[in-house]
Amino acid sequence: MVEHSASIFDRRLLVVTGKGGVGKSTVAASLALLAARRGKRVLLVEVDAKGNLADAFEHRQVGYTPVEVHPGVLVMTLDTEKSLREYMHINLKIPIFGHLSPLARALEFVATAAPGVKEILTIGKVLWDVREIVEGRSEFDLVIMDAAASGHVVAQLGAADSIRALVDVGPVRAQTEWMVELLSDPAITAVNVVTTPEEMPVAETVDVIARLRAETAVPLGCVIVNRVLPELFTTHDELAFESLNQPSGRESLVEHVGSGSIAVLDAARLAVALRRSRAEHLGELRADVDLPCLYLPYLFTRSFGLRVTRLLADALDEEIA
Amino acid sequence: MVADFASLQSLLATKEIIICCGSGGVGKTSIAASIALGATKHVGGRVLVITVDPARRLASALGLGELGNVPRRIDIGAVDSDDPGCHGELWAVMLDTKQSWDDLVMRHAPDEATAFRILDNRLYHSLTARFVQSHDYIAMERLYELHESGHYDLIVVDTPPTRNALDFLDAPKRMAEFFRGRLLRWLTLPYRVGGRRGTRLIEAASRPFYQVADRLLGSRFLHEIAEFFLNFQTMYDGFVERSVSVERLVADHRTSFVVVSTLENSPLREAELFTAELRKRGVHVGAMILNKTLPGYLLDADGATVAKQLLEDSDGLASLVAPGDDRTARVMRTIAQSYQNFAIVAAREAELRAGLSRESHLTIGVPARAADISDLDGLGWISVHLFDNGSVA
Repeated sequence: MVEHSASIFDRRLLVVTGKGGVGKSTVAASLALLAARRGKRVLLVEVDAKGNLADAFEHRQVGYTPVEVHPGVLVMTLDTEKSLREYMHINLKIPIFGHLSPLARALEFVATAAPGVKEILTIGKVLWDVREIVEGRSEFDLVIMDAAASGHVVAQLGAADSIRALVDVGPVRAQTEWMVELLSDPAITAVNVVTTPEEMPVAETVDVIARLRAETAVPLGCVIVNRVLPELFTTHDELAFESLNQPSGRESLVEHVGSGSIAVLDAARLAVALRRSRAEHLGELRADVDLPCLYLPYLFTRSFGLRVTRLLADALDEEIA
Repeated sequence: MVADFASLQSLLATKEIIICCGSGGVGKTSIAASIALGATKHVGGRVLVITVDPARRLASALGLGELGNVPRRIDIGAVDSDDPGCHGELWAVMLDTKQSWDDLVMRHAPDEATAFRILDNRLYHSLTARFVQSHDYIAMERLYELHESGHYDLIVVDTPPTRNALDFLDAPKRMAEFFRGRLLRWLTLPYRVGGRRGTRLIEAASRPFYQVADRLLGSRFLHEIAEFFLNFQTMYDGFVERSVSVERLVADHRTSFVVVSTLENSPLREAELFTAELRKRGVHVGAMILNKTLPGYLLDADGATVAKQLLEDSDGLASLVAPGDDRTARVMRTIAQSYQNFAIVAAREAELRAGLSRESHLTIGVPARAADISDLDGLGWISVHLFDNGSVA
């Protein structure tokens, strides 16, 4: 844990994945914010093309060209067509055409038909930026990749290997060598899985970690548990709460404080029950996963945006320190 | 505008297919299963739920083990319904993408040899087993097949997790376009047309494509792709015909979509986009289900007053309610603080919900449940809220 904590931001590529709906992008954004606070210049890459990662910084949508959305944090949204164009220009010395439409259609076909092509373009672009850092040619210190959701991330991270198995010759195969090298170097890369303490996200986390280990060589970093509800009572105090919750206690509260007491007691009961069922899933997670876990609190905030990103970065800071 | 259906019950009574969609993590699977369970009680008939990726415990509660690709009847016990004549059967099937694809190939291939050539191809494996879009297509295909069988009065579909819910809707069309596509012709042309004429044709039509593809992937791989699709193309007629039928079924008046969301920013934004898109395409949207919502008492003005009082005078109130117990004041502050915290979230949810009121369809809230939805009791609990709690927004 100590070793991991000391080095998380010394890596060059932090991949962030997780089941849909767990707050993967928000966590990726807060990791980027924290890294920037610690003096890193961060390229935060959105690969799922929803185009709303910049929301976490209350910045307008960002495209393929990186934009500094916050001091030290540059966001870009990956675009397969543009990645291909750049890839061809850089690696195959094919000139960039002004008009890409027939090629775009060819690409769409190949991406649909040939397994791994779309994925290799995605991970290839990200790794190209990582290599620039490693070789000291980049303005960045760290790339954080808001990767595909856990159902798809194994294909994404394993794309270089898939391509190697299918394509025998040509530049694409040659390109996969250095990609696999960077991706499997624990000093450079770490894959982090975001989850919430709920049944399906925990099950999917356990599953994706096992699959990443079995099917890829990517080093795993940590599990980030998002939206952890606070423990309301100590065991000692919970007994007092239970007696307030008895019919006599409820009546007494209504009599002395007001009819709204019932709502307050019911809300507390719900909070305790939610916390308890989530604690069970946390137990399952700890039993089934041997990676370090970082815990982020459930935020009772009025809105989302930069404030939430900051609060989560604070919480991450404490967890990592 | 008024919703065309006042309750889920009336919607289910007039439709044959309900497709549940929404972004990941909103509880689509539980909602789909609960709608099906509720339908057996409130509408009756033989109801089938097609699930894609249920939680393990829920799957086993539904009796969906390894052999999931065949529908099974689920024992729902004695159905207590107000109408003694109104009780149905619940059936469930779990979608096995690989198996369904294999079945499809066996059915559409012109002969067994071609079928096996396709099934053995490496690309076929990668395409069917690993890529998300293949789930979309196969879910639609299975839906069509099960509907055609005529065994079921109502089919409720839990859609696969996609980046974009529309992928699911577009899957049959895209599959047909794919087969018709010029690119596929270019790719397979050298292998279909022999002789000089054929060669010239290729040069004219597809040289730029070949140059790029060849430089990127190498000719052996290209050849392999072409061979695969050449075999696959023998199923062209079957696929195109099928996808046209599937598309027609989705747009049919017997089919309705139920959009599932939580009251959180991004799932809700996606749900609204999806609803608008469905409408634009003339597809029927029957209801919006707002899942895992916080209870209304969190917005209670009296509750807020009590919480405030408890925070301001916990010591005084504790000595009145539980004299002599030194823990009570602390507990009072804790529950008051917790109430205020959850009230913030409830207010946020209410605001998001109010923003939806322009929508004209049936909107139903299902409250958050502390326990997991892992058995028929859990599904029953949801279905009570689905069927009793409907309100026209």
